[in-house]
Parts: sequence; structure tokens; C-alpha cells
Amino acid sequence: MSTITAPAVPAADYSDYTLVPARHPWRWVGTVVVALGVAAVAWSLATNPRWEWGVVAQWFTAQSVVSGLVETLKLTAISGVLGFVLGFILALMRLSASPLLVSVSWTFSWIFRSTPLLVQMLLWYNLGYLYEKISLGIPFTDVRFFEVQTTTLISQFAAAVLGLTLNQAAYSAEIIRGGILSVDQGQLEAAAALGIPAWRRSTRIVLPQAMRAILPNAFNEIIGLVKGTSIVYVLAYSELFYTVQVIYNRTQQVLPLLLVATLWYVVITSVLSVFQYYIERHYAKGALRTLPLTPLQKARKFFATHAVTNARSPR
Amino acid sequence: MSTTVTPKQPTTAEPASAAGPAAASATFPAAAASAPAAPGAPAASRGQVDISTVRKSFGATEVLKGVSLSVPPGGVTVIVGPSGSGKSTLLRTINHLEKVDGGYITIDGRLVGYQVRGTKLHELREKDILQQRTDIGMVFQNFNLFPHLTALENVAEAPLVALRPGDPRRRTTAEVRARALELLDRVSLKDRADAYPRQLSGGQQQRVAIARALALDPKILLFDEPTSALDPELVNEVLDVIRELATSGTTLIIVTHEMGFARDVADTVVFMDQGQIVESGTPQDIFTNPREERTRSFFSKVIEPAFNI
Repeated sequence: MSTITAPAVPAADYSDYTLVPARHPWRWVGTVVVALGVAAVAWSLATNPRWEWGVVAQWFTAQSVVSGLVETLKLTAISGVLGFVLGFILALMRLSASPLLVSVSWTFSWIFRSTPLLVQMLLWYNLGYLYEKISLGIPFTDVRFFEVQTTTLISQFAAAVLGLTLNQAAYSAEIIRGGILSVDQGQLEAAAALGIPAWRRSTRIVLPQAMRAILPNAFNEIIGLVKGTSIVYVLAYSELFYTVQVIYNRTQQVLPLLLVATLWYVVITSVLSVFQYYIERHYAKGALRTLPLTPLQKARKFFATHAVTNARSPR
Repeated sequence: MSTTVTPKQPTTAEPASAAGPAAASATFPAAAASAPAAPGAPAASRGQVDISTVRKSFGATEVLKGVSLSVPPGGVTVIVGPSGSGKSTLLRTINHLEKVDGGYITIDGRLVGYQVRGTKLHELREKDILQQRTDIGMVFQNFNLFPHLTALENVAEAPLVALRPGDPRRRTTAEVRARALELLDRVSLKDRADAYPRQLSGGQQQRVAIARALALDPKILLFDEPTSALDPELVNEVLDVIRELATSGTTLIIVTHEMGFARDVADTVVFMDQGQIVESGTPQDIFTNPREERTRSFFSKVIEPAFNI
């Protein structure tokens, strides 16, 4: 009751006062500390002669390195595409009503996720030891349409693609399955109630919505695969990493040459990240009320608004 | 009633015509009795629904315990009842979204989801079921609009892809688009044609969903609690659209909790409880003079006294 019976003090008038936001001194201290740290790292990178930036620059665009880079990109592209196609099929199998398809798909993922990629790679390359010849014919009979020596069929490239693809398929199957499961059941019902055919239902209604859940993980996988291709060095396949190794074994400039490879991986990953941003934005259509501006649009808007204020300010 | 109905060419065997009236009545006495449209020309009737002793269980729970119901073409039938009474399940069996465990449903004398082969009812292939569903529009409680497609694309999707070659309803892309805009205009949303569902209010989304259900020019429209997910002030804009449809000659079957609306538009009100139809009749019969005690006690709980003058 005291709140009601206390009108003794007249209400003060603050209308002429200026508002001052709260200060955050510790935020400034933190900023300064981190800035010093960043500067120290940059300084050491620039001034420590043992980084041998000159050597890095010399080899960065050398022909052998670039051709190694092309091989890396080729491996990534081929096993990435094949891996996701196979992964899509495995995901559909896993979601099917047939117990056999479900268990085959599950077993595939189980095996390829539980064995080291390095072992898989060596196994594929040495397939000729296990099976001398590979043939196509009618099972359980002597009929053969086609027969070939395993060693001629499984080159280093084939072993690399096979190993990376199958491994990638096992992981991407789970990612795609997760994406499909994330789509509301009501979407399928609505499509079925409208009589939309099954294939169209998957491609037009379910997959575009599943993509929102699939893409971030899928790009994680692709970026992992770019660097994962370096494991192919065990097959002496001259992709980027193996090429660099060959060079530094000859010149003994180990760290600068590893830096060359690293920088290239950073470049590829950066380009992929830009793709990821725009592809995710494409599939965000309708999921957000308004799409956020792209960095380019933000920059344009910044300059447009500032140009306007500058033009007005002299007056 | 629409007078310009073209007789649909049956693509699958109709029970009465394929097996012959004698065979049909021998095997399915109930079918012949409860499907008066079948012996005559099916072209004459549009949207007659006959549900015969339909049973359905989910696990150990029997949600439909032998439900029979006959809905005349062009009529407005409102199904009411407490939640869990099987209303929605019954509605979903009409377009075979829910498979029945027993009994059968015919539309204009034609079995839904099954065909007669010998003395058995064989479930149709998915393609044929999808084709049957193009005659049955459905509006869901949660709208189920496709969120990644604009309002216009939502309405135009089914007419572009769901109809078989030779279907008289097939149109060119431009015609489908024009018709979709027309339908959006009919639900007063022509100016929002390019909006995505999430940019629309709940009431607007449900109106787009109604336009989408109308896009295939269905004989029958099913409404599964179309206003239950809406804010109170948005309910009427959706009910007004349904009210307008009630005069269009399309058969409407509506599950709803809006008793005032049911009294307004229904030709027949069906009261369901515990998987059975307790009673059905005109709104007058059901709301003011219910015969069954169960009906009386339900309405005494859901209709506010002030409203029930």
C-alpha cells in the first residue's frame, strides 16, 4: 500500500538529459589482447626466414604442382559426384519398405564407416592379389562374356576413385537420409492427395526441402574429400600432396613445399565455401520470410546509402 | 450442380459394370444396395460418396468400428464429434490416404483404392490411386502448402503433373497458370500469387490451400479441421470461402469444431463418437433435437449457452 500512498516526492524531469550507453572496458581489453596476438602471428609469418616464402612463391604455380592440383580436383569431382549418387541410392534403399534393401544399405555403411580409408585404399589397389581375374558372366555357370586381368583394370587412378567413392557413399547416404527424414510427413500427404506422381513428389517436393538439411553436411563432406584425396599418396598417385612430397624429397625444402600444398587446399576450400553460400541461399527460398542480402548486395547497399549521405552532407 | 460434366472414361474396372449387376449383387449385396448411382449412368451424378461398414485400427486401438455413411452429390456434410472419435481417419479413408482394414468406399459407384477381381478386392497400383485422388481435393488442418513454392506454384503444381495424357482436364502451362490466378482471385489472394507460404498469414495460407485443392476441378472436397490451426480472427475468412464453395455443387465433407458454421452450411450433420456414427440428420435435428443422449451431452459442452438460443 505504501506505493500508492507515497506521492510526497514530486516526479523528477529528465527530459533535458543526454542518454549515455553502458561502457564495456573489458571488451576493449580483450580486443587489444587479441589484436596483439594476431599481429604477433602475422609478424612472425612475415619475418621468420625459415618459412622461405620465396620458395613457396617459386613452387606455387610450378607446372608439376599445378598438374598435381588438377589430379586432386579430378579425384574430388569424380568421387564426390559418384559418392553422392551412390549415397542417394543407398539412402533410398535404407528408407524402403524391403527388409533386404534396408539391411544391405545398413551393412554397406557399417563396413565402410568402420574401416580406415587407408586400409580400403590398399585393399582396392591389391585386389589383383585376391582375385586374379575379373569376369562378367552368368553366376554359377562357366559362361563368361568378358574377362580381364584385375591388375590391368585396377590402375592407381581406379583404385583411388573406387576407394574414395565407396567411402564417400557410406557417409553421404546417412546425410541424405537425414535430410529426407527432416521433411514434414504432411508434405508427402499433401502431394499424394493431389495425385502428384511418386517421382515428381521426390524431386519437386521432398528433395528441394531436404536440401536445406543436406547441404551444410554435404559441403563438410566435399571439403573433407578435397583434403582426403591426399591419402591417395599411399598408391603413389601423383595428386597434389604426393607431388609436393616428391619435390621436397629432392630439394629438402619440406616446410615451404607443405605450405604450397596447404595454400592450394585453402584456395579450393574457400571457393567451395562461396559456392556453398550461394547454393544454400538458393534452397532457402520460401524457408525464410526474407532472404538475407548477399555480401555483394550488402556492399552495394553500403556504398549506395553512403553516396547519398555524402552528396547531401555539404548542404 | 455443374451441368457441363463430361463423362469420365473409367480407367479401371468399376465394380458394378465390370462384374455385371448379377455378379456384383451376388458377391457384394451391400454394394448394390448402397450405391444407387452405379446401375444408372455414373455421368449423371458427380460426387456421390458411399462408405460401407469401414473398419480401421491403429495397433490395438480400433478407431473406426464399421462406419457406414452415404453422402449425396453436391451436398455439404459436416462431421462433428469429440477428438479421438475417428472423424479425421474417416475423412482420410475417402481418398485412400488411410487404408481401410475392412469395408469399402465408392465414389459415384466406383471403388476407392481397390478393384474387383473374382471375389476379391485387390488394392490398386499407386499410379491408379493417385489418378483417383485427382477427383478428390483435400484441405488439411496444417495447410501443408509446399513452403518452397510460391502461392501460384502451389496451385499450379498438380494440374501440370498429376493428370494423365488424354484427361479432359489437361491444359497447357499458360492455361494452368491463368486458371491458378483465377482460383487465387476466387479466394481473394490474386495479389499474393508470388508470395511464399511463410510470407502469408495462417488464414491466407489456408485459402491458398483451398485454391490448390480446387485446381483439379474435383468432384469432392474434403476438409480436415480447416480452421483449427488458425487464430480466432482469421477463422472467418476461411469459413467464408468454404461457405461460397457450398453453393457451387461440389460435394463437401467437412470435419470441424465450428458448430455455428456447421449449422449454417451443412445439409447433413454427422455426429461421431468412439469410432461410430451416433446419429446424423439435418442441423436442426442434430443441434436442437438430438435423439441420443451422447449427442446431447456433447453439444451441451461445446455450444455456448448464449449461442444456443
